[in-house]
Amino acid sequence: MSQKQIAGTTVDVNVEGYLTNHAQWNRDVAAALAKELGIELTEAHWKVLDFIDRDFKEKGVVPGMRRMNKVGGILTKDLYALFPDGPIKKAALIAGYPKPASCV
Amino acid sequence: MKNLKNILILGAGTAGTIMANHLRKKVDLSSWRIQIVDEHPGHFYQPGFLFMPFGIYTEKDVVKPKRRFIPRGVEYVEAAVERIDAEKNRVRLADGSELRYDVLIIATGTRPVPSQTEGMEGGDWRKRVHDFYTFEGARALAAKMRDWKGGRLVVHISEMPIKCPVAPLEFSFLADSWLRDQGLRDKTEIVYVTPLSGAFTKPIASGILSHLLEEKGIRVLNDFNIARVDNEQHKIVSWDEKEVDYDLLVTVPVNMGAAMIERSGLGDELNYVPTDKHTLRSRQHKNIFVIGDATDVPTSKAGSVAHFEAEVLIQNILDFIRGDPLCSRFDGHANCFIESGRGKGFLLDFNYSLEPVPGRFPFAAFGPLALLGESRLNHWSKMAFKWAYWNLLLKARPIPFVDHKMSLAGKEIPSGALKAEAAT
Repeated sequence: MSQKQIAGTTVDVNVEGYLTNHAQWNRDVAAALAKELGIELTEAHWKVLDFIDRDFKEKGVVPGMRRMNKVGGILTKDLYALFPDGPIKKAALIAGYPKPASCV
Repeated sequence: MKNLKNILILGAGTAGTIMANHLRKKVDLSSWRIQIVDEHPGHFYQPGFLFMPFGIYTEKDVVKPKRRFIPRGVEYVEAAVERIDAEKNRVRLADGSELRYDVLIIATGTRPVPSQTEGMEGGDWRKRVHDFYTFEGARALAAKMRDWKGGRLVVHISEMPIKCPVAPLEFSFLADSWLRDQGLRDKTEIVYVTPLSGAFTKPIASGILSHLLEEKGIRVLNDFNIARVDNEQHKIVSWDEKEVDYDLLVTVPVNMGAAMIERSGLGDELNYVPTDKHTLRSRQHKNIFVIGDATDVPTSKAGSVAHFEAEVLIQNILDFIRGDPLCSRFDGHANCFIESGRGKGFLLDFNYSLEPVPGRFPFAAFGPLALLGESRLNHWSKMAFKWAYWNLLLKARPIPFVDHKMSLAGKEIPSGALKAEAAT
C-alpha cells in the first residue's frame, strides 16, 4: 500500500495502482488516471465508468463483460476500442474500484 | 385424505437426483409430496465424457436412464419447464400444465452454449471444431481423434466460469499421453488457449499445473478472449485481434444456466440463480433453494460440490419446513481428481477460504492420497469413482472418505493462504 499525488489530491493505491479507498476518487482523479494509461476520457468512456460505478454500488463487485453487455448495454468491441488491452481491468482502475476478478 | 404439501425439484441431473434421494429418506411422506421434473430421459456420468475421445470409455459407460436413480416415493415428471412463477409458487410446463410447490429446489445445471460465440457453430463445427462437455460432442470428437494424423491441436476455454474447470487441462494431458501411444505426438503441436492469466483459477495449483504443461511440451497462451471463430481460415480471433490457427479446435463454449431461468427472471447475466453461498437459499425467495451448477456461489461447478451441497441443503430444507432458522452452512468444499496422463493423477481439495494446497489427503480405504501431487493412486481413484457415482453418490449414500466440511488435516498450508471468511 502506498500513496500517490494525482490531480491535486492524495490517494491510497495498491501495488498495481488500484485505489484502495473509493472515497478519495473524483472525476478529475479519473481523468488523470486515464491519462497515465494513455486514454483521453470522452463521453463514451464516461458511459462505461458511470455504469461500473452504479453497478459496484449495487452489487459490490466490478461487473464482468457479460454484465456490461447485457445490463449496461455496452458492446464488447466498443469496450476494447475505448480501453485497449484489458478493458475491464483498465476501466475499473480509472473508476477507482478494485481489480476485477474477471479476466479482461 | 389430508392435503399434501409439495416439494418440487427441477432437474434430475447429479444435484437433483441426490436431493430426491435425501428427501425421500428424511421427509415425512404422509405430509409431503416430492416431485422431480426433467425433460431428458438419460442421466449422463459427465466426468466420463473426458475419456470418450481417447477410447477409454465408450458410450455405454456414461449413460443410464434417469428414472433408475429416482427412488420410489418420488414422482418423476418427464417434461420441459416453461417458466417458474415465483410470486405464485407455481411452475408452468411446456405443455401448459402447472405444478404448485411449497418448496422449490432448482437443480437445472449449466450447459455449453456455442451460439454465444460468433462463428463457433459455423462450417467447422463438429468437423474441426469440437467440444467434449456434451455426449454428442464427446462422441463426435472420439470419431475425429480416431482419424487424427497430426497437426495443430488447440485446446480452448471461451469464458469463465465453466463446469469442471480442470477438465480442459486434463484433456490436454490425456491428449499428450494418447498421442504418444499412437506415435503421433511429434506430429502434433498442442496449444492451450485460455482467458485466464494463468493455467488455472487458483494460484498455487496454477503454478504446479503450468509446470506440468511445460514439461509435456504444451504451449500456453493466456489472456485470450475469443471474439469469433473464422471457419474459412480455421483460426480463432480474440477481441484484441490475436489469432490462433487450428487443425483441430477442442473448445469449451461459454457456459450458461438454463434458458428457463432467464425466462423466469431469476438469473444473473449468465442465467445463474443468485444464491446465498452458505445456506443455498435463493437470495430473492425464501422458499426457493438452489443446488449444483445452477447457483452463482463462488466455488467450482462440479459433481463433488453438488454432493457436498446436498448434505447441507437437506438439513436446511428440514429446518425450513419445520419453520426453524437455517442452521447448516456450506463451506464451498470441492474435491476434484485431475487426470495428468500416463496413468497418473492429481487430487485437489479446497473451499471458500482455502485454495488447493499440497499435502496428503486422508482416505479411509487405501491410506492417504497425494494432494496437488502426481500419483498412480490418484488416477485409479478417479477411475474407481465411476462406480461410486452410480452406486453411492446419486443415491445419497455416504461416501467413505469425505465430509461436506473440508478438513485441514494433512494439508501443507503456506502462510497467508488460509483466508478468514468474511461474515455475510
